[in-house]
Amino acid sequence: MSLWLAILVGAAATYLTKLSGYAVPARWLSNPRMTRVAGAITVALLSALTVMNTFASGTALVLDARLAALAVAALALWARLPFLLVVLLGAGAAGVVRWWG
Amino acid sequence: MNSVQPTLRPASWTPAIRMGLSIATATGLYGVSFGALAVAAGLSVGQAMALSLLMFTGGSQFAFIGVIAGGGVPSAALGAAALLGVRNAVYAMQMNHMLQPRGWRIWLAAQVTIDESTATAAGQTDRAEQGRGFWVAGLGIFVLWNVFTFVGAWLGDALGDPRRWGLDGAAVAAFLGLLWPRLRQREPVALAVLSGVVTALALPRLPPGLPILVAAAVGAAWGWWVPDRAAASAGAEGAAP
Repeated sequence: MSLWLAILVGAAATYLTKLSGYAVPARWLSNPRMTRVAGAITVALLSALTVMNTFASGTALVLDARLAALAVAALALWARLPFLLVVLLGAGAAGVVRWWG
Repeated sequence: MNSVQPTLRPASWTPAIRMGLSIATATGLYGVSFGALAVAAGLSVGQAMALSLLMFTGGSQFAFIGVIAGGGVPSAALGAAALLGVRNAVYAMQMNHMLQPRGWRIWLAAQVTIDESTATAAGQTDRAEQGRGFWVAGLGIFVLWNVFTFVGAWLGDALGDPRRWGLDGAAVAAFLGLLWPRLRQREPVALAVLSGVVTALALPRLPPGLPILVAAAVGAAWGWWVPDRAAASAGAEGAAP
């Protein structure tokens, strides 16, 4: 599948997902299990993406400058800094460590 | 609607409009990081813009480029993005119940039904205010998110080699930043650790992109089977972030 096709099909899928919520009867909302599954998938996926972007190099696990980005970002989030600053600090940490190493 | 109609004059803005605008500004700005990371992952400026205009749900967009950056095939990126978008269906059911949009407004409301617009609406008590909060946050983020995606993609294109600027570190920080607000209780922390370990174990063993989907399956199973202690003690709480 080409990148463009994946983008267009992915956009259609996410739009139809949003639209489906307006189409189903309101009483489905009273099913707390559905809410929990959606919330749990979100947490699991974001955690997996964090791990993958920190440690993956192809299909190998490596420790490199990105670990410094993870640590600095965690500190920044703990200090309640705004999202954009957290991202900039993460980039700065990885950049500095790589420049030294 | 109230008897006093809000206009473009700031003096006439209700609390929901102010909250919507400040959330739109804060969220829209970090479209810069999405645009820059999308280009660093190997997307063109046009492809980054297509994601922000058409997909328009930050978590799914970041997931899409995160899988591509990790060497995953486009179909795996699509799968991760679609799964991360599932929570929007829950938000949409809440907004349908709260705002009851009719006709063409349903089609527009669906596209701007995301974490932030839902949270802004859910933060209001008055019905008219809920509607204002939803639309001001939703449409405001849509405009600013796309403007700043373009700025970021253009900047990323001009910067050249992304690793030299630590942009791979920016991706790590962005995902942790998206995850962080969801970890206020003990249970989601346990789930986050479990799916992180599963991902690390799956990475060397499965084709790129698949470990993400395995983690999603772990999340779905967790949500389905693990009893909800937090809700039992805290009472009925919404799905808003």
